[in-house]
Amino acid sequence: MEVSKPVTAQSLPKKKFELFDFFYKYGTILTILVLIGVFTAANPSFVQGHNLMNILRSISIVTIIAIGITISLSVKGFDLSVGSVASLSNAIAISMFVWFSQNTATAIFSALAAALMVGIINSVMIVKVKIPDMLLTLATMFIIQGIALTYTKGATISQNMVMPDGTFATGKISAAFEKIGQVPWIIVIMAAAVVLVHVLLNYTKHGRYMYVIGGNEEAARLSGIPVDKYKVAAYLLSAFFASIGGIVLASRVMTAEINAGTPYLMDAVAAAFIGFSVFGSGKPNAFGTLVGAILIGILQNGLVMMSVPYYSMDIVKGAVLAFALALTYYKQKK
Amino acid sequence: MALLEMKDISIEFPGVKALNHVSFASETGRVHALIGANGAGKSTLMKVLSGAYSHYTGEIHLDGRKAVITSPRDALEEGIQIVHQEVDTALIPYLTVGENILLHDLVNEMGRKQLVGWKPLHKKATRILEEMNISVSSKMLVSELTLAQKQMVLIARAVSAQCRFLILDEPTAPLSHSETNELFRIVRNLKAQHVGIIFISHRLPEIFEICDDITVMRNGELVIKENISETSIHRVIEQMLGKSLDEQFPFLNGKVGEIVLEVKGLSDAEKIKDLNLTVRAGEIIGIAGLVGAGKTELCKTLFGCTKITAGDVFLNGRKLKLKNPHQAVRQGMALVPEERRKEGILVEESVAANLTAANLGQFTKVFSFLDRRAEKQKAVEIIQTLGIKTPSEKTKVQNLSGGNQQKIAIGKWLIADADVYIFDEPTKGVDVGAKKDIFELISALAKRGKAIVYASSEFPEILGITNRLYVLYDGRAVKELETSAATEEELLFYSTGGR
Repeated sequence: MEVSKPVTAQSLPKKKFELFDFFYKYGTILTILVLIGVFTAANPSFVQGHNLMNILRSISIVTIIAIGITISLSVKGFDLSVGSVASLSNAIAISMFVWFSQNTATAIFSALAAALMVGIINSVMIVKVKIPDMLLTLATMFIIQGIALTYTKGATISQNMVMPDGTFATGKISAAFEKIGQVPWIIVIMAAAVVLVHVLLNYTKHGRYMYVIGGNEEAARLSGIPVDKYKVAAYLLSAFFASIGGIVLASRVMTAEINAGTPYLMDAVAAAFIGFSVFGSGKPNAFGTLVGAILIGILQNGLVMMSVPYYSMDIVKGAVLAFALALTYYKQKK
Repeated sequence: MALLEMKDISIEFPGVKALNHVSFASETGRVHALIGANGAGKSTLMKVLSGAYSHYTGEIHLDGRKAVITSPRDALEEGIQIVHQEVDTALIPYLTVGENILLHDLVNEMGRKQLVGWKPLHKKATRILEEMNISVSSKMLVSELTLAQKQMVLIARAVSAQCRFLILDEPTAPLSHSETNELFRIVRNLKAQHVGIIFISHRLPEIFEICDDITVMRNGELVIKENISETSIHRVIEQMLGKSLDEQFPFLNGKVGEIVLEVKGLSDAEKIKDLNLTVRAGEIIGIAGLVGAGKTELCKTLFGCTKITAGDVFLNGRKLKLKNPHQAVRQGMALVPEERRKEGILVEESVAANLTAANLGQFTKVFSFLDRRAEKQKAVEIIQTLGIKTPSEKTKVQNLSGGNQQKIAIGKWLIADADVYIFDEPTKGVDVGAKKDIFELISALAKRGKAIVYASSEFPEILGITNRLYVLYDGRAVKELETSAATEEELLFYSTGGR
């Protein structure tokens, strides 16, 4: 009696919502396939090798940043500051070369160090002062954006730029740094981030603990899991990956434009939320995030090919995010 | 004088007959106590009266006229108001006292008016507060009030509307002594204004202080209705207990070792005051107390969840300084919390993930990689030893019954292997069969030399399973008893504030 009751309770709704469940699990993959079909029909060059490579390259920065968001989501946190952290890292890396003629390692490490400082501030305010994560990172998003702007004095940093005293900047960006943003390295870095975090979340004790905290923080605390430590780690990792994203961006464009990282926030959030549903995992996961980023990348690339103007792109991306959120929360309601 | 009669009320929930032909009567201008052990049906009866259910059978009469009450709105229209124990759920914290008192007017009586008249509103609210002799300003924010003041605001709201009967559901449980006196002054005041008050409480001395009549319920039935002046605390306790249920408790062999846990003069910021207790290896200690006595607070404080403001806790002779539960677990303590779904289990995770959550380190290889085979093996082993009824170790815990969920909440600490096990109401919402399994599990732990703290308001269970017990009343351990020498009557006497 006891056994049969839970089993029926489990299997009944499944039958009823089979269609929804199927689309929930495989909808993202199907959409990607359908999109590829549609875009190819409209323009056969869409599936050519170099265009596919192009798409992969274009999503790598989004994916890297989204991987960081995925980690913060796994403890049921949320980090809105990733876009500005990417901007800051971008600015610091380029300025190290151009303004201060430093080597590659110094540029990368100073960018990472600045990002980790942001991560520390975020996590202390969230864990100790107990400010809701979304609000706090909204505030730090603006603070960091402001710091990045102040640091660059509101100007674009590039090689041979004119300095305030009228001379030209003499620093050069190293050849090694330039490689980071080029195929294949940019794709390798993205793949490494996805695989690393996938393994962390699914195959290690720490990943299990993070999901447990995300599922029920109080139960996790009463099970003796050091909840605060893991939340701090999640925000540090989130900032770390945002910074990697910024560094890769710096290498790809070889300049530090104003707020260069900001647009990546929305794409990354969308990718992470689309990722919830991939193969029905129902929680933030690295592989799903990659699939989400691919979906957005294909949409963007295909729409550009179909001559949709760049300024209309946000409508499409925002709609995709809303749809992914609808899917996630409708599923939870059930 | 109006008369309220509930005739032949029965109500069933899936699998439970919560009320069985209960006939209850009360009058305006009197304070009527409704009392019974946990699960006796007093809250259910009052929910019927206040319109929370529509599927009951029987009739409700007011002044001899039949009243149809199937929704909270019906009850309000008949002048029946209820103030629940959780006052915060009924108040809006960032509105003023006045707005909260007159919330009903603001929501329903505005008609086509679009603007709120602040002056008349506060004037009306102030008048109500003055009439009731409550010294709270109408312009204060509710979020700034104490719990007792919030309760009074709710009472003021109830009285401001048409109110013939006011139900107070355990109003004194969270109040201090002086706050209780203040509440009683207001209750007497209302009584003089011919409001009928139905007073649910666990505290017998209070009932004998304030009430005129008393109705005792047990197992969904009405046992007696008497005039308070013609009865005694002992008679009421007798009626509440009836004959006790025969439960199968495992036999304790009583091999008790050294002191494992010692608590000296423990206080926390809110509830616990100057509490002493000791637990020896192989001993099961009962913490007996009614709802609100501070059992959960004690368990959580011992486990490092809340800060200790005074006193010391010693584990195996070493002084403990716990900052959080993580440290408690590392020191060898385990807690099975009361709110199972909220605190004890991870409903969306699998049985296996739940069982290993407290000691996942045992199932890892190099670099903290999970050893899923070992995890599965151990999970299956625990599922078998505890008789957890689940299709597989991968099933999500939310699909299991309450008893099986509780076994999982306990099972995770068997893997962690602690020295001290704290159980907070471990049989709450658990069916009889699983209850017996849980008792056997706990006594098996004691036989293995573990020190066990068993907190519960189910006195027959405490008497059945413990070696020694402490009675908790208002955050203090008011009495220590050898279980073999204690009776249920005694427990009820001390836990309701008797001395």
